[in-house]
Order: sequence, then C-alpha cells, then structure tokens
Amino acid sequence: MTTNNLAETSAIESVGGVATVDLAVQTVRDLNQGLHDQHDEMTIEKWDVLNPKGHHNLAVGVNQKLKIDIHGPAGYYCAGMNQQAEVTIHGHTGQGVAENMMSGLVRVKGNASSAAGATAHGGLLVIEGDAGSRCGISMKGVDILVKGSVGHMSCFMGQAGVLAVCGDAGDALGDSLYEAHIYVKGSVKSLGADCIEKEMRPEHIEELTELFERAGVTDQDPRDFKRYGSARQLYNFKVDNAGSY
Amino acid sequence: MTEKRKYMTVPRESATFDSSTLSEIRRAADTGIYDIRGAGAKRKLPHFDDLLFLGASMSRYPLEGYREKCNTSVTLGTRFAKKPIELEIPVTIAGMSFGALSAYAKEALGRGASAVGTSTTTGDGGMTPEERGQSTKLVYQYLPSRYGMNPDDLRKADAIEVVLGQGAKPGGGGMLLGQKITDRVAKMRTLPKGVDQRSACRHPDWTGPDDLEIKIKELREITDWQVPIYIKVGATRTYYDVKLAVKAGADVIVVDGMQGGTAATQDVFIEHVGIPTMAAIPQAVQALQEMGMHRKVQLIVSGGIRNGADVAKCMALGADAVAIGTAAMVALGDNDPKWEEEYQKLGSTAGSYDDWHEGRDPAGISTQDPELMKRFDPIEGGRRLANYLRVLTLEAQTLARACGKNDLRNLEPEDLVALTVESAAMARVPLAGTSWIPGQQQTF
Repeated sequence: MTTNNLAETSAIESVGGVATVDLAVQTVRDLNQGLHDQHDEMTIEKWDVLNPKGHHNLAVGVNQKLKIDIHGPAGYYCAGMNQQAEVTIHGHTGQGVAENMMSGLVRVKGNASSAAGATAHGGLLVIEGDAGSRCGISMKGVDILVKGSVGHMSCFMGQAGVLAVCGDAGDALGDSLYEAHIYVKGSVKSLGADCIEKEMRPEHIEELTELFERAGVTDQDPRDFKRYGSARQLYNFKVDNAGSY
Repeated sequence: MTEKRKYMTVPRESATFDSSTLSEIRRAADTGIYDIRGAGAKRKLPHFDDLLFLGASMSRYPLEGYREKCNTSVTLGTRFAKKPIELEIPVTIAGMSFGALSAYAKEALGRGASAVGTSTTTGDGGMTPEERGQSTKLVYQYLPSRYGMNPDDLRKADAIEVVLGQGAKPGGGGMLLGQKITDRVAKMRTLPKGVDQRSACRHPDWTGPDDLEIKIKELREITDWQVPIYIKVGATRTYYDVKLAVKAGADVIVVDGMQGGTAATQDVFIEHVGIPTMAAIPQAVQALQEMGMHRKVQLIVSGGIRNGADVAKCMALGADAVAIGTAAMVALGDNDPKWEEEYQKLGSTAGSYDDWHEGRDPAGISTQDPELMKRFDPIEGGRRLANYLRVLTLEAQTLARACGKNDLRNLEPEDLVALTVESAAMARVPLAGTSWIPGQQQTF
C-alpha cells in the first residue's frame, strides 16, 4: 500500500447548490475532503450522500454549518468529532456515532450501535431508535436523546452533559459517574458504582423540556422520567469504599 | 582462669523481608491503601548496561571521531502520512501530561526539544498553548480518557500517538489525584476540581485491533492523511502487539519498557507488570522484519534511556529512535540535590523522590502549586534539556563511529555482546567472548 492510493481524492461537484456524493462511485476520502474544503469558505451548504452501505468514517471532522444527509446505513464513527454541522443518518449506524462531537446536531433515524456519542464535548445527538451498550461513555458535555432504549454501561464515567432515554436502560447505568445528568423514562436494569436515583426538581424538568424542544420531540412528558446522578462517594479514595471499586 | 568468650549472632536482615518490604507492610497496615507513586520500575532489571559494543579494530574500520560525519537524523511516518516528521536527532520527548507537569515544565520540554530539532509529546490532559507554542514538532496523544481531546488541536499536531498503554502500567489507566486537579486542569479535563481522577484503561469506542484499524482511518480522514499516526504500547506481548499495530495501520510504533516512568500509579503495577525495555526491542524488530516492515514502520523505544550508550544500543537492536521521560525531567531539574532539605521534609531524598502525584515537587516541575511553579524557569529548563539531548547524541555518535558506522541507524546487533546470560537471551546477542545466544542455534 502507498500513501497516494489511499489519500488521493477526486473533486465533488454540486448541482443547484446541493452536492451529491455517490459512494458507489466515489470514495469516503472524496466525501470527507469535499466537506473539509468547506471549512474556510462554505460554497456548498447541502450534501446528499448516496449508497453509504455501512462505510466507516463518513462525514468525520467536519467544521462548518453544513447540512449533510446520509441516505442509508453508516458504519463506525459516522459524524465523528463533528463541529457545527447538522448530520442526519437515514438508517442505522455502527459504533461510535458522533464520537467526540464538539457542536452541531447528529440525528440517527434508526438504531445506533455501541459507544454512541462517546466522549463528546458538545452538540446534540438524537437517536430515534435504540442505542447499544456504552451510549454516552465518558461524555463531556454533549446532550444525547435516545427515543428507544440503551444497552449496558451507558454513561460510564460520564463527566458532563445530559443523557435522556425514553425507553429502558441496561445494566450498570452511570457507572463511576461524574457530573453528567441521566434521565430514564422506563426501567433501569441496574445502576453502576456511585450512580443513584435523585430527586426530579423543577430545574430538571426544565432541562429535559428544553432538550425535547431542541431535539424536536413532542410526544414525551418530562414528568414521566426519573433522574440519576453521581453520589460523589468515589470522587476521592476512601479505604471504606474499597469494595465499590 | 580466662573469661569465656561470648559469640553473638550478628542481626541478619532477611533478603525476603528486607527493610523496604517491612516498611511497606507497616504502611499498608496503617493506611489500608496501596502505595501510589511516580517514575518507573526501581527494582534491578536486565538493562542496557549489560550490553557492550565491539569497537572496530582489524576486522572493522572505524570513523574519525571528530571529522567524519555520522548522521543522526531520522524520518518518522513514511508509510502513509503526507507530511512525515523529520527529526534531527533520534531522541524524542515522551508523552507527559499537563496536569502531571506544570505548564512551565511543558513549555521547557518544547523549548529544549525544538532547540535540537526533535519532537515532544502531549499527555493525558490535552494540548496547552505553552507547549504548542514552543514545540516545533508536537505529537498529540490520543488516550482512552480523551481529556481535552478536540479536533482543532488534532489538526494542529505534527503527529498523533494512539496510546494503548505505557511501560509503567500496561493494562492500566492514568491517575491524577485531587491535589493536582486545579481550576485550569479541571477545566481542560471537564472534571470537578479536586477529584481523584482515574482514567479509563481502555479506549471507549473501540475494543480490538480490527476496530483500531477503523479508528486510525477516522483520525487520518479527519486530518486529511497529513500527519503520521503512532501506536504506543507498554512492553508485554510485544511481538504480537507490534504485528497487530502494523496491521491496524500504524506509521510508527512506540514500545515502552517497564523502566518507563509514569506520573502516578500503584507501585505494585510499576514493579510487577511488563517486561524490560531491552527484552522488548528484539521482539518488536522480529515482528517488523517478518512483515517486511522494519524501517518502513518506524520503531521508537522508551523506558530507562539515560545516556548516549543506551540510545546507541537501542538503535543497534533495531530501533529508529528513542523517547525519554524520566531523564528529561531530571535534566530540567527534578530531584536536584539543591532541594535536598525539602525532599527530606517530604520524607524522601534527592534522587529518590517519586511522589509526583502529591503536587509538592520542590523543583516546581511535577506540580500545579503556583508558588512551587515559580521556582522553575522554562527558559533555563529548556536550555538544560537541549544540552542534555546534545550530549546523548554526541555519545551515541561516538559509539557509532567507533563501530565504523556513518549513521546511527547503521548500528546493528552484530555490534553488540552481552555481559550476562540473561541479557544475551533477551537482547539476542552473544555472550561476550562466545558465539552463544541463549535460545538460539549456535552459529559461527
């Protein structure tokens, strides 16, 4: 393998202000380079990606207010490290969708695999189906709304931001949690170390209401949700807590 | 009548229960918590002192020590990156975090490395402006915690190092205790101030080498294939790890032996997990050679590098470059005897101080205390580090010329012999005065 074969790109053209990238013909490299070329000056705002067929690393590292529609299933790390862009995946996504997102909006019309929104610092991730394990792992400020359920170890070591789950949560929710806020409407199979149920106060209703508005969710009532957060007992090592580690 | 002479048994310290062991048992009984400390393995390990060079004589032709050129430059990342890193010397600065070190110390590392044309590396805590500003070549670590990780800094980096582990604690995550989580450190890491921060030991969004291959492609896509991507592993199953790292698409592989330091982890981890640096290099080189990738995927070795002889020996065993951490801190002024009185107050002594996690470093290097930080001058520290790096390079060149090599990378295992059976077996070079390499068929 040589550098050139993998790193070479071909130009993206637009018609009527919309760029159409057909991944049956063009490459992921073509797509991402075309999107990155918009960073300094946005000349094409709308992007349609056809035939994604589970390709990995679609629309990663975008830093511009683009509207990107991916028409079909995406593989790993779709919209990874997104900044500013509005990315809609009209299908399911693989592992790590919107990982380390900084800002913008990523919407998954289908289900998302594990580690959705992992370590993300900002922006909004909406998953209209279910999310797999470790949804919001090490999240650092992103807001995540899952209309379905989430798998085990979701919000593990969550540091900041909001994870709202309209369905159920799997085992060890919020294990070793820092300051992320978790809301779940359905059942929680088990809570992780140092994660406890907390009182739902008016400011939390307000926080959830505002999240639903941003996500365009109109069929949920924040008062149906329970809140979970850190007990803050493991923030500093105490020998009496050794059994919890 | 003569008085009967009394013979007394001299008190004998147990080799098993020596004074250090006894003190640790008492400390554990007193506190109920394992010992946390910085630095690397302190136990005696087979190391590069157990190897010697065979200088030229009748059968080899030496180079003039002060006249004939001996190249020290190395290019890293030639496999895939559009912009490989060109280093003037093959000694780089290993990853050490802002948080573990002060911003001034990070600045000094950048100043020293840049002065001699080499790279420095961020750490678990993100990229600081001080470090980026003073480092002409900066490697950005991509760690399991992803503290401070953002695409803007990623795009500012000259290379990306995906950290899977480090020699001091392969299989363990980072640790930064509450004393050092100041407002600035907390903000960069999105953590509550004063929390005992224990980083994850695994990356959050991939679980094996096949996933890592996709992750590396993501990083390449985000950076438009511009910069090299390193994979760093702690030395354990090095042969297999290196093969998998090549498969995953690494441009450069960093292997960190168990003498490699850390800012903080459990002592039991440091002393009982991993293998010595010297034992890891031949495994890594074998893996690369079998894949036809030696010198195509560059190998950086770290863990206990102290002088130019260590540099030259690593390169003779097949490394393309080395990285230093502990030695760089000492060059900056850490553990300097001029602070002996204060080290004593901390229950330690200059040269042995390793409680870097407590943030009370008298030298003002591994601390976030504003008053202690003032003791450290980043310009002077940078100058000292540059001097030290020059000495390492001159020493390595001296040995290479003596072996008749006009390039440090022309040194080869054939230039080495071992002083002990253990080092001969680990380094895979003959025991001195023999042609015997333990574990290998004898040839003449």
